[in-house]
Amino acid sequence: MTTAEYPALPRDARAAAEPVIDIRDVRKVYSTGAIEVEALRGVSLRVEAGEYVAIMGPSGSGKSTLMHILGCLDTLTTGSYLLAGEDVGHLSEVDLAVIRNRRIGFVFQQFNLLPALTAWRNVELPLSYAGVRRAERKARAIELLNRVGLGERIEHRPNELSGGQQSRVALARALVNRPSMVLADEPTGALDSTATADVLSVFEELNDDGHTIVLITHEEDVAAHAQRVVRLRDGLVESDTGAAR
Amino acid sequence: MSWLETLRTSLEAIRSHRLRSALTMLGILIGIGAVILTVGLGEGAQAQVASAINSLGTNLLVVSPGSTTNSTGVRGGAGSATTLTVRDANALATPGVAPDIAAVAPTTTRSTALSAGATTWTTSVVGTTPAWEPVRARSVAEGRFLTDADITSEAANVVLGPATAEELFGSTNAVGRTVTIGGLPFTVVGVLNSAGTSSTAQNQDDQAIVPISTAADRLIGGGNRTSVQAIYLQASTSDGLSAAYQEANQELLALHHITDSANADFTIASQESLLDTASSVTQTLTVLLGGVAAISLLVGGIGVMNIMLVSVTERIREIGLRKAVGASPVVIRRQFMVEASVLGLSGGLLGVLLGIAGALILPHLVGIQISVSPSATAIAILTAIAIGLIFGVYPASRAARLAPIDALRSE
Repeated sequence: MTTAEYPALPRDARAAAEPVIDIRDVRKVYSTGAIEVEALRGVSLRVEAGEYVAIMGPSGSGKSTLMHILGCLDTLTTGSYLLAGEDVGHLSEVDLAVIRNRRIGFVFQQFNLLPALTAWRNVELPLSYAGVRRAERKARAIELLNRVGLGERIEHRPNELSGGQQSRVALARALVNRPSMVLADEPTGALDSTATADVLSVFEELNDDGHTIVLITHEEDVAAHAQRVVRLRDGLVESDTGAAR
Repeated sequence: MSWLETLRTSLEAIRSHRLRSALTMLGILIGIGAVILTVGLGEGAQAQVASAINSLGTNLLVVSPGSTTNSTGVRGGAGSATTLTVRDANALATPGVAPDIAAVAPTTTRSTALSAGATTWTTSVVGTTPAWEPVRARSVAEGRFLTDADITSEAANVVLGPATAEELFGSTNAVGRTVTIGGLPFTVVGVLNSAGTSSTAQNQDDQAIVPISTAADRLIGGGNRTSVQAIYLQASTSDGLSAAYQEANQELLALHHITDSANADFTIASQESLLDTASSVTQTLTVLLGGVAAISLLVGGIGVMNIMLVSVTERIREIGLRKAVGASPVVIRRQFMVEASVLGLSGGLLGVLLGIAGALILPHLVGIQISVSPSATAIAILTAIAIGLIFGVYPASRAARLAPIDALRSE
């Protein structure tokens, strides 16, 4: 299924020289009228290729904001962000769209599946914006759905799927473009323990395959699956267990 | 994302919001259907009046007694006085007097009962001369028209319109039969051809033509017997129409001993002036109807605008998600543009179909001619698409410029 356009992630991605994520002194200020809220107050973080990082912190600690900035879904106020060596702070909207499309797989807390589309159509969405042909898109989407254990549900719409199944569709969508890293915002937040275990095992497999994974969680046992835990408080890094190898 | 892919995505979005799409199309459909029908009604009325006036004959001038000009003394309106006589007609017909006038047909008309056996039918009895036939561009289906001999001998001969013949004699041949008009037996010498299918033509098919001398002396009688209601003049060529007008005017002024043409006791109307008057009336009608149509298009447009705005606002999350997985603003804009165009175009085409269907069906129901105007149709469709594009693409393009997370957060 490998195309020239989308080379598969090399098995030994860990050996790549550049860190996947390298943010320095990132600040993010939200201003609503006269009130300014500083969500991030100078966060620096490096994540090497192949790492599995959990970001924890109480609500309001800025972890979601950090995640959105890492996913190029939001802009930073000051500081710098090098994604695999490339400074994304100065990229145009069009270039950012390409980055989001090719490099980043994002799993949203609410999954954000399009309700009108079936499971495989949701999964193939990033591929359609990458210009992949329809037949190949469908094959890739089905392959990914099989991998997350939803091979029987490809023609189901999101409202016909359970929360755990929806999260796996969202995960398949995040993976379909073979991104350099997968970002997940509380992927298990809405799931029961069985579904949580399922999703976490998928993350572990992905990490074993060489994918870089960053996820937000507030559950210690979820964080325990990660190799590294970064704790945020009040917009600053409170602790970081560091690369665990 | 290719255009084909964009089209597919847009069609999918339209299908997945069926009710909303249907309502949008309905707004456009009704607006455009209304434009086509109302403008068509106006233009149809215009065409109908023009064809009615043209069916009177070609290169025609009509002299009526009385005056429409504001002048001193006692005067009736055009057609109401008895100041025109057969003498005037004869003077105009005299060779050399009016070289640009090819034919002169004085007419005197009154409504009279005709009876044949037990059947009685009341219709217009027109006293005129043989020139009436070419001047009014009519022809005889059976038998013959009146002759000069009929005029000089005050013959009791009559030519019937096809509708009159039908009423009196049914489908049997009327020529040679006897019709009693005003107590006097007349012989039917001919039956006219039908003047056409318009409602004016139907009136022209129901009349009885008798020699003007017979009508004056044996049907009308009295002191006004030689007065006529109209003198039809046919100019020799269409270029000679204004010359014919001048000649007739001068000759009649001289005959009536009137020095100031403002005091003329007759009125000469040309087909052109009739057409001008009529078309100025129907033009007002068209403008009025066009205004109504424009308003309905506007109302439809505002409906479309509302639905589009709401639809895009509801879909800002979708826009955010599409951006988050890699759609650039251009691609988002293109998707909404295609969606709006598809809605506008299909609504527009359905509206055109509705308008044309109405234009085909309505005339049978209300007897009014409707002519579909291509320019009004094109303008209406372009307006519909423009409305869809402006109000569908503008908010979508604004949403496409938001950071994906802001779009995703919107409610």
